[in-house]
Amino acid sequence: MCLAIPLKITEIHGNSAVGERDGIRREIRLDFIREPQVGQYVIVHAGFAIERLSEEQAMEDIAAAREVEEMLREVHDALQKQ
Amino acid sequence: MRSRSSDSLRAIADLAGEIREIASGELNFMEVCGSHTMAIAKSGIQRMLPEGIRLVSGPGCPVCVTPAQVIDEILRLSGEKDVIIATYGDMIKVPGSRRGDNLGTRRASGARVEIVYSPLDALKLAREEPRSQVVFLGVGFETTAPGTAAAVKLAWESRAENFSVLSLLKTVEPALRALIRDESFNIQGFLCPGHVATIIGEKGFAFLPREYDLPAVISGFEPEDILVSVYRLLRQCRRGEARLENEYARAVAPEGNPLALAMMDEVLEPRDDVWRGLGLIPGSALGIRERFGQFDARRRFGLSWPMEEAVTACRCGQIIQGRMSPGECPLFGTVCVPEDPVGPCMVSSEGACAAAYKYQEV
Repeated sequence: MCLAIPLKITEIHGNSAVGERDGIRREIRLDFIREPQVGQYVIVHAGFAIERLSEEQAMEDIAAAREVEEMLREVHDALQKQ
Repeated sequence: MRSRSSDSLRAIADLAGEIREIASGELNFMEVCGSHTMAIAKSGIQRMLPEGIRLVSGPGCPVCVTPAQVIDEILRLSGEKDVIIATYGDMIKVPGSRRGDNLGTRRASGARVEIVYSPLDALKLAREEPRSQVVFLGVGFETTAPGTAAAVKLAWESRAENFSVLSLLKTVEPALRALIRDESFNIQGFLCPGHVATIIGEKGFAFLPREYDLPAVISGFEPEDILVSVYRLLRQCRRGEARLENEYARAVAPEGNPLALAMMDEVLEPRDDVWRGLGLIPGSALGIRERFGQFDARRRFGLSWPMEEAVTACRCGQIIQGRMSPGECPLFGTVCVPEDPVGPCMVSSEGACAAAYKYQEV
């Protein structure tokens, strides 16, 4: 319920904007972000950006999200072998 | 990319090792966030921890704490002429007082129920369906509250007269206080919900160590975040400290998000409400202020519900208080399964029972 995903702002029209990542393209609202700019990353919950993320942090979060499945499988395998 | 994966794997193994090294005695740590419940169940974190450290799910799933009588009222509303219920998907299968009676079955027999991703999708639906009354079910905690409030305000500004919000919003602090005051409370530290803290700030959880002498760590959602947070809780317990630490500083400021808080304050106000499993908690819900009353579905449709809880065989109540694990409920996995749930903890994918069932952590 409280999950939020990092998206990159690619268009801004007032408080409405477009956020994208990995082919996901979503209409988002920027009501809660002070001075948003195209190219910045935000974390988005239920259509609203709730906080800004640094690019470096966003890339790390995105990479972690992509790989988390595979990584956990490896952890399970490793633990089972112990 | 490959190297990051093995780095993370090593970091997790190292952390689990460090936790094992400093652990001693019995400690119960509670998370109060459905997303944490899911991440813990899915990643098998509990199994990496030494015996004696138990991660317990608290009242962190807003769908799960919505009592049956509220669902009954929503089901009644869904039967009214020209009403469209717009809701997050999680609410579809939650049964009211009668088993098997839910928004999904009502939809199958003709009610209009639409799943939306954002309150703004519901507002858009109202514009597309000018002859219908669109009621958005505003369920959630503080993470969700600012967007819900913004949708009410947008409806007010654009005079979307066929749109209203049934606010089922709840706030975390009063529920935690109610839990802690219960005589059976046996939790030694809290993993605090990261995205609730994004809105309310570190300050929103400072009461835990300050007033109750309880260690607390605001945590992110990756398995590494959760393990780091467990490690920090354990370290505090070992040192006999009780502090608030912020593991999720990348998205949580000390004061939270001031614009989001201002929006909440403008549109919403504290109300008393019933939580499934916890009963009536004063000031624990957020209702729509009088000024925006026209967009309050409770007012528009005269909705109300009793302020006490019905007693059922379902043990969701004890489970979200951390007094019972899902597997200890007599209904778990036999009478109550995700395909035919008795209680909301088995319905919502973030409920403790659904997570335990799916990942077999019992």
